[in-house]
Parts: sequence; structure tokens; C-alpha cells
Amino acid sequence: MLGRYGEDRACDYLQGLGYSIVERNWRCRIGEIDIIARDRDRFVFVEVKTRSADGFGHPFESITETKAARLRRLVAAWCESRQVSGIKVRLDAVSVLVRAGRVNIEHLKQVL
Amino acid sequence: MPLAKSRAVSLLGLSATQIEVEADIGGQLPNFVLVGLPDASLSEATARVRSAVTNSGLPWPARRITVNLSPASVPKQGSAFDLSIAMAVLAASGVSANFAPIAVSIAKTFHIGELTLDGSVRPVPGILPMVKAARDLGAQHIMVPYESLAEATLIQGIETIGVQNLRQALAWHSGAGEPQQLANLAAQTVDVRVAPDRHQLDIADVRGQDFAVNALVIAAAGGHHMLMVGSPGAGKTMLAERLPTLLPDLSIEAALESAAVASIAGRSVFGREGVGLDLRPKFEAPHHSASMSAIVGGGLKTPKPGAISLAHNGVLFLDEAPEFQTPVLDALRQPLESGEIRLHRSAGTAVFPARCQVIMAANPCPCGKAFSSAGCHCTAMARVRYSQKLSGPLLDRIDIRLVIQPVSALKMRLIEDTNDTLPMTSNQARLKVEQARARARVRLKSTPWLTNSQVSTQHLRRELKLSSSVTAPIDKSLNRGRISMRGYDRCLRLAWTLADLAGHDSPTIEDLEMALALRGDDSPLGGNS
Repeated sequence: MLGRYGEDRACDYLQGLGYSIVERNWRCRIGEIDIIARDRDRFVFVEVKTRSADGFGHPFESITETKAARLRRLVAAWCESRQVSGIKVRLDAVSVLVRAGRVNIEHLKQVL
Repeated sequence: MPLAKSRAVSLLGLSATQIEVEADIGGQLPNFVLVGLPDASLSEATARVRSAVTNSGLPWPARRITVNLSPASVPKQGSAFDLSIAMAVLAASGVSANFAPIAVSIAKTFHIGELTLDGSVRPVPGILPMVKAARDLGAQHIMVPYESLAEATLIQGIETIGVQNLRQALAWHSGAGEPQQLANLAAQTVDVRVAPDRHQLDIADVRGQDFAVNALVIAAAGGHHMLMVGSPGAGKTMLAERLPTLLPDLSIEAALESAAVASIAGRSVFGREGVGLDLRPKFEAPHHSASMSAIVGGGLKTPKPGAISLAHNGVLFLDEAPEFQTPVLDALRQPLESGEIRLHRSAGTAVFPARCQVIMAANPCPCGKAFSSAGCHCTAMARVRYSQKLSGPLLDRIDIRLVIQPVSALKMRLIEDTNDTLPMTSNQARLKVEQARARARVRLKSTPWLTNSQVSTQHLRRELKLSSSVTAPIDKSLNRGRISMRGYDRCLRLAWTLADLAGHDSPTIEDLEMALALRGDDSPLGGNS
């Protein structure tokens, strides 16, 4: 529930930046891409992490190298299934921290 | 402020390098990378620093943190960089609004200390030489563990700040810590206080060995190395242990040199009472099982000082000298001449001072009864082998080679019955030593030397040249091959000390004869003589 809420907030944020949302929660055998957006001529694949409090560490800290590697494979899988090639891609991470009703969003570009 | 700096000091031997600790917070996923040739214990700093910061209730940036210890080519080791790394990271992350002045303050300040996981700052070895190095590098402030504050304040000309934990460190930089904390933290200036001198031992305890006591006074006055050969129980160890009581207090500079070595070895730099700089000469008496690195210093990558450096400006006593491993004894030869020891390792060359007075004690033979009426059981071969443990080149460097006869019951009775001549006390003897040293200092005023034993051969032959009528006794010995050329010079140095003690302006023929007698036989353990 919280994850879905966080992804909605992340979409609002990205649209606020002028990105257009291409697709959400694209799934395949390997896993799931949370958000695929478009920043001008570039496709942006976004991993969203949501936490309600930071007692268990910052949301970004849960993105391990294994998860990053999976996301890179997912990008290839997505391109194949959508029959696109020669596009510019970027992998971003967005953290959504919900604390006492306030939402704090952080965005790291080109990190995965 | 994604990039910030702090400062630290890296030690190799007693020479220090200023280390810039740079912290960069990048826009990448959280990670903590430490670069700049850290060793294993320093690499673990990442884990300590992170826990210390979060457990102090300070924010830890959820980004990629890169800490560089510059110059990156200097190998670094140990946990002394923890505090500096933490301060650089905090400065880079900008823990509060209006953080810029705090970051500037952090960048200017040297930080030394190990962090525990709860954010406390723990002491590390080598505080004294690090603070001295920081001052010589022109630093105005240095932050040290609170427990090391007294040691750090022995160095004048730099403001030392003692902190118990990370929050206090940050509070000092922001100038807004709790007032009573800051009151006893900032600008604590303790004068270099002198440790009260409390001799436990006294030379008057040694009875019936007047000649040996006199030889000890001569050794103390000139800083001459000495070998005592005598039966077990003759009083060799008693005499050697009392040599420090005959030595005058060290100068502040000399005491700081010795204290710096003690600090690196993790020992206290304070006097017996635990306060004030220790001005008494050190006395090191390693057991004869000691290894090479225990005596001359050693260690795999970054060498630690050995007994010879811990005894710097003091006394190194080698009891049962022939029982030491021969290579260990021979390793003393070069540092005894140069007054320092250079240890070459992969991390570089560490230089430690090693200007100590060596006192050796030995039995005359393996059974120890060679001088007694009971008679020696040793075979001739065993005696030769025993005497060869002390090599010729090593013995050549020993100015006074003394045979100590056991005290007979008759002599003991005589001493006890005639109470009219009270034995010389350590205080009286030290006064004589100080007067003799003062004479030598006047003569050696324009030279780098303080005692006769340190004077170079060239100086001895030119500026202190004696007439051939005075040097006749040693000239004869040299011609007959009884003494070597080095032995000749050492006799001259010893004669100058005798002249200083007697109040002569320059050595007389009697002083030369006495020097020759004190130098004794070239094979004092008999054997191959």
C-alpha cells in the first residue's frame, strides 16, 4: 500500500519536473520496473523506494548492487519487448520518505 | 557543501607528514569509500566513523561518500584518523544551516583520535610527536582526545582542544557548545611542569665496591659505555640500577625527545607522580631473551621503537650480556656510534633516536666462579665460547671494562666496624657528575656535543690535541697492539672525563694511565687471552 502511494508521489514529482510518464509497473519474468518516464529525448527508468520512517536506514540504502544489476537487465528486456533500439537511457532512483503526514522526495540521477 | 576538508598527521618513526582528509559527497547511491593507501585498521575506520556519527544523533548523508587521505602515496595506518574523517564528512554534509563557518574551522584544524561506535573519542599512541609536528607545520589548533590533553599541552605554541566525543568536537567548531563544557575544553594551557624527583635507590646501598662506584661516577660524568665482569652476587646489577640516580636531570628538549619515543610506544610520558614531563633519564633493562626487534625496534610495515630508543638520553642495561643472542648484541654497534637507528620497511624508513648509555654485566665464565676461591669448573673450550659471545667490535666501543671482585667477609666486617667514612650518596655523586659535565659543556660550547663520549675523533685530534709527553702511556699501548685506533680515541675521551672530574684543565699523564686501566683488557671475559 505504502509502495503504491510512494510511486504515485514519485510520478507527480517527475511530472512536475516536466517528464512524461511512459509506463508504470512494467513486469516480466526477471522483475518489475517501477516507472518508465521520458525526459526530452531520453528514456528514464526509475526505481522508487518508499519508507514511513528512517529507523531502518535511508530508502536509498536498500538499493543493493544486486538490485541495480537486475534493473540494468530489466531495461534490456523492456527495450526488447517494446521493439525499440538506439534510444538514450538513464537509470534514476527516487526515495519517498513519509513521516508524520509529510512527504520528502529525493532524486538521484544516473546512478544504477 | 559537497566537498570539505580536515587535517591529520601521519607518523613514520618520529617524522610526520601532514595529511589532508578530503570528503566528497556525490549524487550516487549510498556508499562509503576510503582511499589514500589505508592499512587494514584504517580501512575499518569507515565502519567506526559511520556508527559514531549516527549514534551521536548526527545525520549521515545517504549518498556516495568518498574520503581521500592526501598525499595518497604515503602509506597510513592506525585509528588516529577517525576523528578527522568524521569531521570532514560532517563538514561536507553540512549538518545545519549556516554551516559554512564551521566547515572553515574544521578545514583549518588538525584532528587526532580514535572513535568508538557510540561517538566517544579514544586516545591513540604518538599524541606528543603528532602535536609537535602539527605545531611545526604551522597549525594554530589541534583537537585531541580529552584523556591525552595533558600530554598534548606539553607542546607549547599551539592551542590544544581536548574532546570526549563527537558532539563536543562539533560544538567547539560552532563555538556554541554548552558553556561549562567549553570552559574546561578550550584553551587549556598547562605549564610544562617538572615531575618531582623521587629516587628510590641510592648508590650508598652498595658497600665495599668503592672502585666500582667511582667507575660508575666516571661513566655517568662522560656518558661512557661500561661493561662489568664479576661473580654472581658481586653487585653488578645493584650498581647498574643505581646509575640513573647519578645522572643529572634532562633538559626540556631532551626530555621531550625521550617522551616522544615513549608516546609512540604507548607509554606514559609523565613522571612518577603522574604529572609533569618526566625529566629523569630512562632506564631500560630488557631480559636476555629479547629479540632483535625488541632491542633495536621493528615491526612489519611501520616500525615501533625498541629498547635502545626507549632508553634514549638514558641507560640501556644488558644484564647477563653474553646470554643475549649474538646478532642482537652486534646490532647495537652501528646505533651506538650514530646515536640513531634507521629501520627500513616497505612503508618507508623510520628513524628513531638511540643515544643511550649502554651498561653490560657479565659473569666471568659460564659457571661464574672464575674469580672465586672455590674455583671454576668450566672447560677451557666453554670459557672461550662464552667470551666470544661479546664480539671484539662491540667490546671496542665500551670505554670502561671493569672487573668486580666479590666482597669478602673480612672486608664487610671492616666496613661495618669503621663507620667514620660514610659512603658517598647518590646526591653527592650526582653533584660531582653535574660539575664535571658543566666543565665539559663549557669546553664543547661551540660543538653539537654535550658529553665527552659524544665528541668526534676529528675534534679530539685537532682542537683537543694533547702533547706527546701526556699521551705516552696510550701511545705505548697502541704501538704494542694492546689497543686499537678506536680504543686509543676512546681512552682520550675517558681521560677528558677524568680530567673534568678532577678539575684539571686538560688530562694529565695520570688521567691517561687511569683511562687505560679502566679500559682494561680487550678480552675481559678471559677465554682467548
